[in-house]
Amino acid sequence: MKMYNGFAIVAGLVIFFAMLTAPFALGTMTKQYKEPELKLPVNEKECIESTEYMRTNHMQLLNEWRDWALRDGKRTYTNHAGKEFSISLQNTCMKCHVSKADFCDKCHNDAGVSPYCWDCHVQPEGLK
Amino acid sequence: MKNSRRTFIKLAGIAAAGLAVAPKKVLASGGGHAPVKVNATASHAKHWAMVVDTTKLHTAEAIDELAKVCHHIHNVPSIEGKKEVKWLWHDTYGHSFPEQENPHLAEEVHERVFPLLCNHCENPPCVRVCPTKATFQRPDGIVAMDYHRCIGCRYCMAGCPYGSRSFNWGDPRLNLDLANLNPEFPTRMRGVVEKCNFCVERLAVGKKPACVEASNGAMFFGDLKDPDSEVRKVLREKFTIRRKPSAGTEPSVYYII
Repeated sequence: MKMYNGFAIVAGLVIFFAMLTAPFALGTMTKQYKEPELKLPVNEKECIESTEYMRTNHMQLLNEWRDWALRDGKRTYTNHAGKEFSISLQNTCMKCHVSKADFCDKCHNDAGVSPYCWDCHVQPEGLK
Repeated sequence: MKNSRRTFIKLAGIAAAGLAVAPKKVLASGGGHAPVKVNATASHAKHWAMVVDTTKLHTAEAIDELAKVCHHIHNVPSIEGKKEVKWLWHDTYGHSFPEQENPHLAEEVHERVFPLLCNHCENPPCVRVCPTKATFQRPDGIVAMDYHRCIGCRYCMAGCPYGSRSFNWGDPRLNLDLANLNPEFPTRMRGVVEKCNFCVERLAVGKKPACVEASNGAMFFGDLKDPDSEVRKVLREKFTIRRKPSAGTEPSVYYII
């Protein structure tokens, strides 16, 4: 069987697959994703819950905190170790994490998420 | 053991006693209950109310001073004109109490200027019309707002008979003194409605509302349902009126005339 325009088709297929796999070849296979370097609080070693829990669940926790404080009027949180915290993003979280740019933004920028917390809440750096 | 009616009734009795105790045990062992509670320092009331003594507080300057305090701690932007955002403001007798005017009112009363704020109505029309429950009434009577939920439909502004609500037509931060913000309180964003919150954040730590604290005794604040509270004592002794009684909203802000 004779293949018509064989060269063009094969060349085209090769270019097509090269482009299709280019992101893998240029990106993930050669570059390793590195977790961003966070500036952690200097005076405090432990967050309100464990680091692993905070890393995966801080967004749910913040949602629950918001509803507890605002809608239920319950503003004291007791963590798993029994320690009590005042429920407040600006007055509790950001009193240790003193910089939004050096903490929140680092991972959020890498992950391409832009939570709208700071449309209203005031970051510890202040507004400009 | 032989199954008899007697043993069955015995077992049923024990099971019923167990059921009466079990729910509390399950809750106490931490099975999914929320690990939160009300602040130990919080002030409590069945229904918060405010009384304003207009014999002491009736000048635009004095009220503006209170508004300045309120607007500063709540990061309320200062905008002139129709896009004004206000939590505490003032107006004339005719505008404040339009149904309670007569042509021969005592001149001194008629010339007074009245401090106005959200009335935290017992029957709030803003809560009824809000489609997202962004505005809601707390068990202690305060009509609160959850800005996270507000979609800016402005039904509440149409529903409020007192003009207590302001809409953020633009980014409020453009009209705030950013170097002089209260870092402990958020701002709002473009496209949400805002209003006085009876200082819930201060009540939660046992403080009185900022305007009451700054009023030098011209404003009273307390529990309307407690016959021994300060507000009830003042209401018993002085003649008071409320704004637009015919609207049927039952305001929680009373004015001594």
